Amino acid sequence: MARRHAGRWALRGVDLELEAGRALMIIGANGSGKTTLIRLLGTALSPTSGTLRLFGGSPEAARPRVAMLSHADQHYDDLSARDNLLIADRLAPRAGTDVGAVLEAVGLGPRADDIVRTFSQGMRKRLAFARLLWKRAELVLLDEPYAGLDPAGGRFVDTLVRDLRASGTTVVLSTHQVSRGAALCDDAVLLEGGRVKWRGKAADAPADELAELSGEPQE
Amino acid sequence: MELVYQCVNVLRKDLLQQWRARARLAAVGVFGLTTLLLFSFANGPDTLMLRANAAGYLWLALLLCSTLSLAESFRIEMQNGALEGLLLLPTDPRAIYYGKALANLAVLTVLGVGLIPVMVGLYDTSIPGGVVPLAGVIALGSAGLVAPGTLYSALSARARGSDVLLPLLLFPLVVPALLSSVKATSLILAGDPMHQLPSWLGLLAAFNVIYWSLCGLLFGRVVED
Repeated sequence: MARRHAGRWALRGVDLELEAGRALMIIGANGSGKTTLIRLLGTALSPTSGTLRLFGGSPEAARPRVAMLSHADQHYDDLSARDNLLIADRLAPRAGTDVGAVLEAVGLGPRADDIVRTFSQGMRKRLAFARLLWKRAELVLLDEPYAGLDPAGGRFVDTLVRDLRASGTTVVLSTHQVSRGAALCDDAVLLEGGRVKWRGKAADAPADELAELSGEPQE
Repeated sequence: MELVYQCVNVLRKDLLQQWRARARLAAVGVFGLTTLLLFSFANGPDTLMLRANAAGYLWLALLLCSTLSLAESFRIEMQNGALEGLLLLPTDPRAIYYGKALANLAVLTVLGVGLIPVMVGLYDTSIPGGVVPLAGVIALGSAGLVAPGTLYSALSARARGSDVLLPLLLFPLVVPALLSSVKATSLILAGDPMHQLPSWLGLLAAFNVIYWSLCGLLFGRVVED
């Protein structure tokens, strides 16, 4: 699978198979193609060449089963947190999902009726997590979920990933916090210049590469 | 049936957003009012000419207002990647198009109807054809503007210089709808002894059928990668 963007190959020669219920960590320097790969898996982009199959079918057919946390939080600033989730719930109803309960779960219960424009970056991210939980997808894609979060927010993401994994959800996590991601994921892929440089068990990731990426010595 | 359900919910969302950001809507209304006022200044105290051209001035003001409201309609969708969020829910692109186009139509019709008393006051014109038929023509003509306008605002919102690109793309395309709307409005304002109004309304309706069908089909290709 390959993807060309703005006259250059953002991703090329990527051949991956992801088993249901497992967690994959995508690592790599800025511009290595992590976000492009996440967006391809999230069906926000189509491959320029090659084939992408999700759940054995076309990406479009898989959309209701996939949820993606991307850099853009996909909220409407003039509406409340509750309105934002209700819009999604009306357009693609999820039986048995209580919007209020989802907002409580991410810690936005007391601010549910506040306008999103008044939210801090961390709260906006929490609302994006609420949208993720609301969808109850079988494949969850997290593109740098720790970015812009305080330590408590980071722990919230760790718990969220563990809970998703416990419920059998397949998780793909792109992060620069390599040690943290390795503790949460089974497998890892290292991207460099849009190509897969290394792939294997997350615990076996090459220490020198990880040290370079995270800026910390790896155990 | 799901398409209609989604379309209604996109419409509901857009109207709610318009209501929450009603100051922006009011600003567009003031812009339309100012445009009508400027036409009267440009003409000077020639009441006959103002009266004769009132329909044209009204529609030019509405056309200029439409570029502002249409651009705003997709600016809020692109701001935080909200449009992508809608598509990935998933929402049928046709439902997004028709929902947003209907919301834009409602906004432009309200603006147009709101400008009627201003036009009557400034240009010293009367409405022998009646206010309700005039409001009907405004709604039909606005539909002819927003159908391609919604498609082009989605297209231009992704481009650099979108504020300039939208009128450049839109204005040539809406000339037939604009011409029919001006003629139909003139006949309502000045009287219709030759019974020409049905022909112009028929032409406007035909343009609407073509624009609304074609743009609804093309919208998916514009917004999907």
